[in-house]
Amino acid sequence: MNGIRLTLRVLHHGERHLAEELLTVADRHSTEHEVHHVAKDLAGWSREHVERLAVTGRAYGLELDESPAQPSPGLLTLMRQKAAQAVGHRPEPGLLLLRDLRDLHLDAAENSLSWEMLAQVAQASKDTRLLELASSCHPQTLRQMRWTNTMIKNISPQLLTSL
Amino acid sequence: MEDSVDRIAEPWGGRTPYSRHGAWPTRVDTHLAEGVTEDEVQRWVQSASILHSDGDAMDIAVKDGRMVGVRGRAVDRVNRGRLGPKDLFAWQANASPDRLTRPLIRQDGRLVETDWPTAMDRVVARSRELLEERGPGSIGFYTTGQLFLEEYYTLAVLARAGIGTNHLDGNTRLCTSTAAEALKESFGCDGQPGSYDDIDHADVIALFGHNLAETQPVQWMRVLDRLEGADPPRLVCVDPRPTRVARRATVHLAPRPGTNVALLNALLHETIRHDRVDHEYIEAHTVGFEELAARVKDCTAEWAAAICDVPARLIVEAAEVLGGADRLLSTVLQGVYQSHQATAAAVQINNLHLIRGMLGRPGAGVLQMNGQPTAQNTRECGANGDLPGFRNWENDEHVADLARVWNVEPATIPHYAPPTHAMQMFRYAEQGSIRMLWISGTNPAVSLPELSRIRSILSGERLFVVVQDLFLTETAQLADVVLPAATWGEKTGTFTNADRTVHLSDKAVEPPGEARPDLDIFLDYAARMDFRDKDGGPLIPWRDPESAFDAWKRCSAGRPCDYTGLSYGLLRGGSGVQWPCTEDDPSGTPRLYTDGISWAHPDRCEAYGKDLVTGASSGVVEYRSLNPDGKAMLKAAEFMPLHEAPSEEYPFQLTTGRTVYHFHTRTKTGRTPQLNAAAPDVWVEISEADAAARDLAEGDLVEVGSPRGSLRGRLRVTGLRRGTLFVPFHYGYWDTPAGFGPNASVPGRAANETTVTDWDAASKQPLFKTAAATLTLVEKGSGRHSPAPTTTASEPGRDSGVPATEGGPDARVRQTTDDGSSQEGGRQ
Ligand code: SF4
Repeated sequence: MNGIRLTLRVLHHGERHLAEELLTVADRHSTEHEVHHVAKDLAGWSREHVERLAVTGRAYGLELDESPAQPSPGLLTLMRQKAAQAVGHRPEPGLLLLRDLRDLHLDAAENSLSWEMLAQVAQASKDTRLLELASSCHPQTLRQMRWTNTMIKNISPQLLTSL
Repeated sequence: MEDSVDRIAEPWGGRTPYSRHGAWPTRVDTHLAEGVTEDEVQRWVQSASILHSDGDAMDIAVKDGRMVGVRGRAVDRVNRGRLGPKDLFAWQANASPDRLTRPLIRQDGRLVETDWPTAMDRVVARSRELLEERGPGSIGFYTTGQLFLEEYYTLAVLARAGIGTNHLDGNTRLCTSTAAEALKESFGCDGQPGSYDDIDHADVIALFGHNLAETQPVQWMRVLDRLEGADPPRLVCVDPRPTRVARRATVHLAPRPGTNVALLNALLHETIRHDRVDHEYIEAHTVGFEELAARVKDCTAEWAAAICDVPARLIVEAAEVLGGADRLLSTVLQGVYQSHQATAAAVQINNLHLIRGMLGRPGAGVLQMNGQPTAQNTRECGANGDLPGFRNWENDEHVADLARVWNVEPATIPHYAPPTHAMQMFRYAEQGSIRMLWISGTNPAVSLPELSRIRSILSGERLFVVVQDLFLTETAQLADVVLPAATWGEKTGTFTNADRTVHLSDKAVEPPGEARPDLDIFLDYAARMDFRDKDGGPLIPWRDPESAFDAWKRCSAGRPCDYTGLSYGLLRGGSGVQWPCTEDDPSGTPRLYTDGISWAHPDRCEAYGKDLVTGASSGVVEYRSLNPDGKAMLKAAEFMPLHEAPSEEYPFQLTTGRTVYHFHTRTKTGRTPQLNAAAPDVWVEISEADAAARDLAEGDLVEVGSPRGSLRGRLRVTGLRRGTLFVPFHYGYWDTPAGFGPNASVPGRAANETTVTDWDAASKQPLFKTAAATLTLVEKGSGRHSPAPTTTASEPGRDSGVPATEGGPDARVRQTTDDGSSQEGGRQ
């Protein structure tokens, strides 16, 4: 039981964090249109995971926040967007973008491993509810990873050779 | 029988009814310049249309070295002599007095005339400089969907193996990239499965986001003729506008723009729930059925009705018609391709056909359409973000094979990442990593989204812009070098329509002034750049269209789009032939996949597929494990909320599109008197309910605004769905005093002032159909009318008092509907 609780907590934290980071990156790179839009879509998946983890967590005596963390709203978002537009014409933001995508990838990879652990402990303890949760959420985490990986693969040749 | 019809007032002309499985009767449409009679025509020169993707075969009438008219080719199976309004009239634009006749270069901020060597030297000098200082990634090519096969192929070789850049795409990105992507996702390879002839045999025709009546008028004539004949087909129409298709449909669904995936998932749900599926076909030819069924399990009609805002009852009814079809033909175009979740939606239409076993038989087919006439060629030749011959850039064997054809090292051909798509090229130019952009035959300063951004990129100091075109377009006005090009009728080449039919188009007249065929310009550049193969020979040894065609044949050999059985000789005098066409089978191939799926095997497929929501690529390992035997893939997709939904601030959903009288950015249709008079200016369509609620009426001058910009137009009240506005796109500024963009005295006119920079993650096709917008009244119409035609989807309500659109005596066209034998031939 402790192991399950621990894993749920770690996952809940990880998914909340990823949702927040995806939205932050979407804002920061509002002139990278594909990143901007897809990152927002993907944040939706993590927010949904957070909710489902919170609901499931209750059955295990956990009180996890159901509402996803909001990225620092208002003024800061606006400033980020302005900054993105201002630097939108220079190549250096390309490096920042690659770094951000790499960080997102690592965050998603961490979550993926946690989902793996949850699925394993669910199987070991024959907990079908948990197994179902893991098998419905984990594929989306893998898709998040594949996306960051693809984006890095596609844009790094241009961004790195033009420095 | 012979009669004469005002083809502006009646865009589709007279009817020649025929029954199901019958042969579509011939009707030869002829239009000659005022005062010219048929006996005065000195030569009829064989060609086909490049004003839409039908590929209507026609002959150009020549007298004293001038084009004086056109006539449909009765022998051709695509149109059997018929021509659309654009085909009939737009040839006149070739002779416009404002054609570019000499190259221009920018000097002290102004474009001045120069000679060819000076202009080309400038382009070559800049290319060399950039190659040396910044490498091949600093040069990009953005081409069109209106050149010829020979030109695209030459461009692909010079860009990919000569310069060695990954940045080559066509504006077919805006038209057809989703069609290509959807075919790759489902069948592992591009290639239209069906044929226009399927219209003759289908008992149900479903048109998804496809205003066939206006975008491919000749095939709409075919549908109309069937509707008048025995055993007519039933139509299912998905379109927010009251198009002519919608008016003739058994079921018309007008979903909220951007919700196609929800609607299609519900249609699949109903089809599976009622077990209207072909289990044997699914078992033999597909993978992924279980997952698809699971994914749509909860997508009931009620669920979709709430998202799409259409009655659930209508969704059920549509599913019944589709599910009850004995031969189902589906056609798909921009209402799907330029909308939210484009590829995901287009793939669901493939899925519908796969689970119903509706492929590879007469009448059972899918037409993932193209917008532009020669879009198919950009796809085949590798000028649209693919490698030539549908080769897979991720498959080293395919790249090595291409390197053998070109006699270069495989490493010469960039294949470390997918070829850069157009929108990304503009982003790289904005960032400054692309420093030279060579734009041929297209006008991004009107056709791309968020025009103020595009104008600022094109006019930026750092970017060297070369524009090759017929006129001083909005884009050309921002260029550093402008190259005058010859066009259709002034050069020879081949091109392929949306149903894989290859036509030859011969040169009829000389181009004006010093204008040169695009092929000659590319060859000249390649020679000046001195591109070499790995043995030191010239990389591009061909010199003229026919030898370019032969080179392409070698490149296409053994590939799905095999052209080896074709030749200029075979096409000349004859009629269009559908690829693949080999020497053993010179009559071509009407339908693909008659014997199951043939190009999806992991070793042969063109692509390993993408995640339909994120666009992430799958990779060969995953592809192999999911589809080891190369079957068709049923790929499910979840509905995702819109990226830009209407809000209190922007209450409307703005959708844009093409209409029957205009094409592309009106470079030709705007210079055609009959077409221009029929639709001279932009307008704004609104639904009756929305107009009434805001006290707005026909002819009111309104401003449509979005977070990106705004445009003004006069209002037309129609049966459009509520909450939606429609604006015809590609009205620009060249025919206003403003020049290339709005200014203090000319307000925004182009729909793309307002559209959003966002694209489908899988196909990278921009979204032109789902911007959120405001509408404000500028001035009451007080008796004025909007310039919208009354003959099409913009038809006003009854009692509107709007005079009917007519073309008058200049728009009369002769239609000959006897057996047509005296009309045949058309040999030179
Ligand atoms: S009108 Fe524009 S979007 Fe439509 S087919 Fe032509 S280029 Fe493509």
